Amino acid sequence: MGLIYALVAAGLSLIFGLMDVVNFAHGELLMLAMFAAFLIWQATGLDPLLQLPLVALLLFGLGVAIYRLLIVRALSVPFNRGMVQIFVTFGLAIFIRGAAQFAFGGEYQSISQSLLANRTADIAGIYLPLPQVASGVVCLLAFTALLAISRTEFGRALEATREDRDAVALIGIDRDRIFGLGWGLGAATVGVAGTMLATFYYVSPNVGANFALIAYVTVALGGFGSLTGALVAGILIGETESFTALLISPALKQVGMFAIYMLVLMVRPRGLFGRL
Amino acid sequence: MTAASHTTIARRRRRELIAGAIVLAVLALLPLAVHDTYSRNLIIITLLFAGFAQAWNVLGGYCGQISLGHALYVGVGAYVSTMLLVRGGVPPTLGMFAGGAVAGLLALLVGWPCFRLSGHYYAIATVVVGEIGYQLFLNWDWISAAEGINIPYVRAIGDSWLWLQFRIDKLPFHILALTFLTATFLTAWWVEGSRWGFSWRAVKDDPIAARSLGVRVFRSKMAAAAISGGLTGIGGAIYAQYVGYIDPESVMNGQLSILIALPAVLGGVGTLWGPLVGAAVLIPLSELSRSYLGGSGRGTDLMIYGALIVGVALLRPQGLASLLGIRVRAPRDVAGDVAESPRAA
Repeated sequence: MGLIYALVAAGLSLIFGLMDVVNFAHGELLMLAMFAAFLIWQATGLDPLLQLPLVALLLFGLGVAIYRLLIVRALSVPFNRGMVQIFVTFGLAIFIRGAAQFAFGGEYQSISQSLLANRTADIAGIYLPLPQVASGVVCLLAFTALLAISRTEFGRALEATREDRDAVALIGIDRDRIFGLGWGLGAATVGVAGTMLATFYYVSPNVGANFALIAYVTVALGGFGSLTGALVAGILIGETESFTALLISPALKQVGMFAIYMLVLMVRPRGLFGRL
Repeated sequence: MTAASHTTIARRRRRELIAGAIVLAVLALLPLAVHDTYSRNLIIITLLFAGFAQAWNVLGGYCGQISLGHALYVGVGAYVSTMLLVRGGVPPTLGMFAGGAVAGLLALLVGWPCFRLSGHYYAIATVVVGEIGYQLFLNWDWISAAEGINIPYVRAIGDSWLWLQFRIDKLPFHILALTFLTATFLTAWWVEGSRWGFSWRAVKDDPIAARSLGVRVFRSKMAAAAISGGLTGIGGAIYAQYVGYIDPESVMNGQLSILIALPAVLGGVGTLWGPLVGAAVLIPLSELSRSYLGGSGRGTDLMIYGALIVGVALLRPQGLASLLGIRVRAPRDVAGDVAESPRAA
C-alpha cells in the first residue's frame, strides 16, 4: 500500500515541484485511471497488467490537456494567482467527480478476474496476496523509470525550468512545452498507480478523495518536488497506517499517519527530503 | 499619508458602514416578502454561510493564510455548545460563546505548528488538521461518535430565546443568523481600518518586508487565526441549534471547509463585500441545483458547480464583487501570494 501511495504522491510531487501548483484534482485523475482500467477490462477482457501502457498514455494526454486548457490560464491571471490555481483545480475535481457519476453511475465496482486476482504469492513461507505484491513491484519499476527520466536531457530541462522559469526561456527551452510534458508525466504516473490499484481495490467516482488526501500528506512529508522524498514518505505513511490499525484501532489508522506528518512538520517544515 | 487622503479614507469607510447597514436592514426585512419554508430556510443557510465566509476572510483574505480546515472550528463550536446543553444544561446563548472561545483557542493551538509553514504547505497542513479532528470525533464515544447528537426540544420551556429553541416559527433563526453575519461584517470592517488589519495585509503581501518593518509576523497570524476561528465557532453553535442535529459528517467534514472558503474566494478575497456576494450567489445556486438536479444521482449538479468554480476563478480572479463596481485592491504582488517556498515565518 505504501508503494501505491508513493507513486500517487510522486505524480503530485512532480507537478508541484515543477511549477508550484498543487493539483487538487489529483485524486480524481487516479479515479479516472481506475475507471479506464476497469472499463477496458470490461469491454475487452484485457488484463490490467497489459493495459498499463495504454492507461498511462491516456492519462498522459489528459494531463497535457488539463495544463493547456486550464492551468496555463490559471497561471496567467493578474489577481490572487495562488488562490486561483487552488480553486481551479478544486473546481475541476468536483467537475470530474460529477462527470464520472454521470457517465459511470455511483456504484462500487471491481475487476473480478485477472491474472492476479485471488492468488497469493509464497515468499519464503509468508503468504501475500498477489495483486498487492505485483502492484508493489510495478510501482518500484515505475519509480525507477521516473528517476531515470529525471536523469535524461528532458529531466534536466524540467529541473532547470523549475529553478528559474524565465531564464530557461533565454536558452531556448519552451516553458509551456516542458510544463505540459511535466503535467502529462505526473498524470501518467497516476495512471500506472490507478491501474494497479484497480486490481485489488473497488472502483467508484468517490474513490479519489481519500487517496488524494494521503497523497498531499505524503508529498508534504517527503518534501515537495522530491521523488526520493515521495518514495520514503509513501512507505512510511503506509507502514504507519498498518501499524496504527494493528496496534491501536483500525478506525484511527488515518489519524496515525496524519499525526506522523504533523510531528515531522513541526521538526522539519520543509519535509524529509525537501530542498530550499 | 497626507491629511487629505486620510479624510477620503475615513469618508469611504463611513460610506461602507452605511452601505452595510442598508444591506443588512434589507436582509432583516426579507422575511416580510418571503413566506414559504423552503426559501426561508435557504436564506438562513445563506446568511450563516456568508457569516462563515466572512470569518474565514479575516484569516484567509486579510492575512492571506488559506485555511482549508475551518470545518474544525464549526464542529468544535457546535459540539461545545451542544455538549454543554445536553450534558450540563447550559443555555446555548452562553454555550455559543463558550464554543467560540474554545474554537478560538484551538485555532491558536493549530496555528502554533502550522504558521511555521507558508503557502501551499500551510493549506495542506490545515486540511490534515481538519481531517484529524473529523476522524477523532467520528471515534469519540463520549460525544456519541459517528451517531451524532439530537438537540432535544424541551416542551416545558417552549420557544425561548435563552435556550435558542424555536419549533413553531423559524423566524428567530433568521434574526440570529443575520446577527452573526452582522458581527462578522463589523469585525471585517474594523479589521480594515485597524492597526492589526494593516499588519495582516503586510504579512499577506510580503512577510519578509513586513518583518523588516517591525511587524510581528507570527503574532499577527495567530491573532487573525484566533478571531477567525472564534467567530466560526460561534457560527457553528448557531448552526447546530438551527439544524437541531449534529454529527461529525455534517459539521466537521472536509467538504464543509471548502464550502466556507469558496464564497470568500469567489466573491472577492480580502474584501468587505466579497464573502457576502459570493455566498449570495453560490449557496442558493448549489442548494437549488442539488434539489433540482441532484436527486437523479447522476452528478449533473456537481458538474455545473465545478464548472462554475473553474469559470469564476479564471474569468474573475479578483472576485464576483468587482462586477458590482465594488473596489478591489489593485494587483501588486503579481508573483502570487501563495506560491512561496516553505520557510519559517
